[in-house]
Amino acid sequence: MKNKLLEIQNLRKNYHTQNGEIYAIDNISFNIENQEFVCIIGSSGCGKSTLLNILAELEEKSSGNIIKKENLKIGYMLQDDALFPWLTILDNALLGLVIENKKNKENIEYVISLLEKYGLKDFLNKYPSELSGGMRQRVALIRTLAIKPDILLLDEPFSALDYVSRLKVSEDVSKILKSEKKTALMITHDIAEAISLADRIIVLSKRPAKIKNIYKINIDGNSPLERRKSKLFSTYYDKLWKELDNDI
Amino acid sequence: MISNEQKKYLKSIKVKKFIIISIQLFIVFIFFALWEYLANKNIINTFVFSKPSKILDTIINLAINNNLFTHIFTTLYEVIIAFTLGIFLGLIVAIILYQFPIIAKIVDPFLTMINSLPKVALGPLIIIIAGANTKSIIIMALLINLIVSIITIYNGFINIDETKIKLMKSFKATKKQILIKLVIPSSYKTIISSLKLNISMSLIGVIMGEFLVSKAGIGYLIIYGTQVFNLSLVMTGILILVIISFILYKLVTFIENKLIKKF
Ligand SMILES: Nc1ncnc2c1ncn2[C@@H]1O[C@H](COP(=O)(O)OP(=O)(O)OP(=O)(O)O)[C@@H](O)[C@H]1O
Ligand SMILES: [Mg+2]
Repeated sequence: MKNKLLEIQNLRKNYHTQNGEIYAIDNISFNIENQEFVCIIGSSGCGKSTLLNILAELEEKSSGNIIKKENLKIGYMLQDDALFPWLTILDNALLGLVIENKKNKENIEYVISLLEKYGLKDFLNKYPSELSGGMRQRVALIRTLAIKPDILLLDEPFSALDYVSRLKVSEDVSKILKSEKKTALMITHDIAEAISLADRIIVLSKRPAKIKNIYKINIDGNSPLERRKSKLFSTYYDKLWKELDNDI
Repeated sequence: MISNEQKKYLKSIKVKKFIIISIQLFIVFIFFALWEYLANKNIINTFVFSKPSKILDTIINLAINNNLFTHIFTTLYEVIIAFTLGIFLGLIVAIILYQFPIIAKIVDPFLTMINSLPKVALGPLIIIIAGANTKSIIIMALLINLIVSIITIYNGFINIDETKIKLMKSFKATKKQILIKLVIPSSYKTIISSLKLNISMSLIGVIMGEFLVSKAGIGYLIIYGTQVFNLSLVMTGILILVIISFILYKLVTFIENKLIKKF
């Protein structure tokens, strides 16, 4: 059973600066279904982060409609893990709950169980500086999951990591999101990463961002690594590469 | 378990530290010995420069007859009041400026102006307004340390990582939550290191104030010594001041290290 979580209609955004107007997003419409993993790719500076910021209500749209399922809760994960160095891992993961005044026993236990489940059991009372980049990114994800969002917005969540950690963390994230039954909208620069994770890939044009194409990815294989080994993988890669190539 | 190499390494650090302190003490000793010697040989003018033995006499005399400790405590008391007020007011003003960027924009040129103004120039005015008493001295010191505190702390505030603010906003944090949960803790180090600046500024301000109005304090001793041409008293005042400022500085550094170690 699938149902719409988010419906975006004719979204536009322009920034006003002293040097003039910047058109960032031009007439974008798409939907996101429950438990779907959608990736957005597009050339640098085309307006991807702007789109996510608008969805997360960090910025105002200029026009268009965003129809959200009732009480839709949005979690946002940034490129930078933005962990607070003065808080322990557990306290970092609890940050969202503290802000929402929902730090109760039940929620703390939930966060601890997530941390334990995803390999951070021995680090609850450690500080972020003692963790590897991949672990920090996992804490950042759990911090986002802690507030029990219905949909996660991820803005290039792995780009600060080296290649091997990147593969590992995207493996982890995919596993975590699947087992917690979450919906995700992720931005990435990396075509291969998008194919290995997404159910659908939205390709954006150069700025101002329009939707160029939407690809449905049908590859067997449960994990990103398995998908990368599939024959279809390179077919998709070629298609997407050609699509983006014109923009670079 | 500590390996032998580690032990050796730790020991070599200790030895180095010991050598450095010994040399430092030696330099101080030579300085005073040379001063005494040259004074006794009449190579330097003892009327102007006094000499260590005379200074020691003056200190002993002061301690017995003239309330040396009252003077020291007066100055210390004023410094501590000015220091504490400076930190608290500085923090409060910096928070207001941060929470209301419009206010910050408006007062920016005034802050710069006051900051670059030599504050002694305001001394006479302060005395007329606040009276010839301790209040004037504290105000003088505050004028000097407050602006610096405000600017240092405020700069710490506005240099906070934007992505952390974005993160807070993505959780729908209020302005107050952002301030308490993010801005203040992440400026912790800046705030702590402004203490060091503040203590030196407070001392400067207090001595300046005591030069202008005072009935006690180290600044008073120095001014009084000058007026009665008792240069030994002046030298004594300066020497005590050097020691006080050294101790205060070390104390603040010590507290700073204690507070920062938590991270
Ligand atoms: N606050 C702002 N004010 C003015 N212009 C902005 C602002 N934020 C973004 N822009 C402009 O909007 C355009 C899109 O920016 P955005 O950050 O969405 O791009 P992006 O696709 O995320 O790029 P990247 O791949 O480099 O992360 C850019 O040209 C950028 O300069
Ligand atoms: Mg971006």
